[in-house]
Amino acid sequence: MKTTQYLFAGFGGQGILFAGKFAAYKGLIEDKQVSWLPSYGPEMRGGTASCSVIIGDEPVGSPIVSSPDVLIAMNLPSLDRYEDSVVPGGVIFADSSLIERKVKRDDVKVFYIPATKLADENGVGKLANMIIVGKILKEMNEYNEDSVMAALKKVISAKHADMLDINLKAIKIGFEN
Amino acid sequence: MADKVLMKGNEAIAEAAIIAGCRHYFGYPITPQTEVAAYMAKKMPKIGGTFLQAESEIAAINMVYGVSSAGKRVMTSSSSPGISLKSEGLSYLAGADLPAFVVNVQRGGPGLGGIQPSQSDYFQATRGGGHGDYHMIVYAPASVQEMAALTVKAFDTADKYRMTSMILADGTMGQMMEPVDLESLKVNPAPEKPWATTGTDKKREHNIINSLYLKPEQLEQVNFERYERYKEVEKNEVMFEEYLMDDAEICVAAFGIAARVSKNAINAARAKGIKVGMIRPITLWPFPKDVFKKAAEKVHTFISVELSMGQMIEDVKLATECKANYKLCNRVGGMIPLPEQVLADIEEAAKGGNK
Amino acid sequence: MVVFDKPKSLADVPLHYCPGCTHGIVHRLVAEAIDEFDIEGKTIGIAPVGCSVMAYDYFNCDMIEAAHGRAPAVATGVKRADPSKIVFTYQGDGDLASIGMAETVHAAARNENITVIFINNAIYGMTGGQMAPTSLPGQVTQTSPYGRDVKLCGFPVKVCEMLSELDGAEYIERVAVNNIKNINAAKKAIKKAFQNQIEGKGFSLIEVISSCPTNWGLTPQNALKWIDEKMIPYYPLGVYKDRSAKGERLV
Repeated sequence: MKTTQYLFAGFGGQGILFAGKFAAYKGLIEDKQVSWLPSYGPEMRGGTASCSVIIGDEPVGSPIVSSPDVLIAMNLPSLDRYEDSVVPGGVIFADSSLIERKVKRDDVKVFYIPATKLADENGVGKLANMIIVGKILKEMNEYNEDSVMAALKKVISAKHADMLDINLKAIKIGFEN
Repeated sequence: MADKVLMKGNEAIAEAAIIAGCRHYFGYPITPQTEVAAYMAKKMPKIGGTFLQAESEIAAINMVYGVSSAGKRVMTSSSSPGISLKSEGLSYLAGADLPAFVVNVQRGGPGLGGIQPSQSDYFQATRGGGHGDYHMIVYAPASVQEMAALTVKAFDTADKYRMTSMILADGTMGQMMEPVDLESLKVNPAPEKPWATTGTDKKREHNIINSLYLKPEQLEQVNFERYERYKEVEKNEVMFEEYLMDDAEICVAAFGIAARVSKNAINAARAKGIKVGMIRPITLWPFPKDVFKKAAEKVHTFISVELSMGQMIEDVKLATECKANYKLCNRVGGMIPLPEQVLADIEEAAKGGNK
Repeated sequence: MVVFDKPKSLADVPLHYCPGCTHGIVHRLVAEAIDEFDIEGKTIGIAPVGCSVMAYDYFNCDMIEAAHGRAPAVATGVKRADPSKIVFTYQGDGDLASIGMAETVHAAARNENITVIFINNAIYGMTGGQMAPTSLPGQVTQTSPYGRDVKLCGFPVKVCEMLSELDGAEYIERVAVNNIKNINAAKKAIKKAFQNQIEGKGFSLIEVISSCPTNWGLTPQNALKWIDEKMIPYYPLGVYKDRSAKGERLV
């Protein structure tokens, strides 16, 4: 019996909410109990964006993640704001191409990945979010190609089906780095 | 198993309304419920329905009044400041005994307040909000699935009792995504509405939809009769959930998002051996008085967890005749209590022991 | 042989209006139009709050009593619920041009396919003669006891002129009911407003300059004269907008 609380955080426009939605859908496809709760309001327009995602075997109680097991920080303000909230023994994923400093805590596991730089270099446009997702799947031992594809098909509408491949590519880049 | 989809609470309400046969939606943009309108704007034209962005909340609720007069299922949605504007219309709907479905995805107040979640419209919803003696059936969903299921139910009860039914949600419930099973929703077709103003076809006397009664003895009678109907609602429509109440000595009272947060705290307290449970009202009006009254025989402390300055706690006290200890555990202004805060209050109550 | 009878769609009950009030005439004109188009069975009328609040008892078609000023929004709902029905509102100046201005303007802007009968008698009648949005400059009322001072309370609202600027509105005309000639013109205008709706052309509003001898403090006869001398010079009669006649069509 295990429940994992994720907090995805970054700038508006980095695909924070989308990455969280993908994670929630992947959980749903794997028959887990899931919830996804975004920050909302004017801060979404260019300010900070975040979303709480809970994936587990038990019905989700509070959908609000205040002490994440896993923090995904895609910019410095997010790391500054949420670093201390991570549970001891938790995990932090940080986009090291946008965050120059190191995580200060020594009681959490940290994975740095230059997601934004990798996205530029590999021609997957703005999909740094999905590169980080790939990294999470690898390090959390959650990668499963079938449910990854199925979840992508859920979060990418039929109208944008041409975006499926590039999203999968980004996830794989994250997985391999 | 039916294919579960992830939906935002606001979208689940909109889709469930369509499933319930609602083909007329009127609204005015306001955060955090705008997804309801956006969903309807997309869907209604494709299914021969009406989506209309009104010039104001006041106009929207009066358009609802018009469609309801014409005998059709109809809804509007808004958030706290917008519901204040609609309150005039809610009073008229009650006065004319018209069925309607209204959604309030609450945000912090008073005034323009904020846009983050709140439950501080409890009094407004359960006491009527507009002028005059009247009630609405008020549902408080605590999951996206309930947002959908209670929407369908709300259309039924509105038609059955010829009154407004309201979903009283909050920004969290509206914005969060959870799995929803829409196929499990049970829909009853709308009943015949011989009172509706659909044109006489010159085959009957004219119908009049009206709330004006200049003779006081007549207006009194109309009010008496309406309250007889409300008694039926109180008898038949109370909904609640009990959580670990069998041996509970402490009872958390919470609805909506506050109940979700409280569940975490109760599980943590149980792990510490504290006998605590929860009564979660699903209908806020009619309030589940009896279950609280029964609980008061064993419970020494009621903790009302609310995103308000303490509104539902008054109903808890009334239902239990002020016989126990009471504690308010709250955050306001768009803040949400953490499970830790609720747990701390439970632990304090446990230390206090019997009254 | 009966040469003059009550219109069939007008209920056979005594009206509550004051002696000399022209509401009765306008009720009759509306009912005649309903009879002549034979649409009583599929017409729904919306009564306002004001002197004509009890219009719901006076017409034999289905009727709805709306909140103050909200009749065009209620009518919008009824019409959208079933566009095959004929829907009219009957509103006074306080209802339509003060508290219900937003609902009026936006129903016109949307070109809702409804008919609006607007009674302008330059005063709040039911509440006992207060200043209306249409009260004339200098007009003495209970709430402008020294005469309407435009420096303090602004100018009267000219509804037809204003609405005719909206692209949405189909037909806007101002008429009066203070003499036979004007009544005949009013009848024609009201019929046209229903005709437009039957043909699906959209929003038609007929402003009817009416009298209120009680609150004007005039005899019925002098009230009719006051319309000619004071009201019509400020509120000129005529067609302010007729989109179809100009050959214009909505896209």
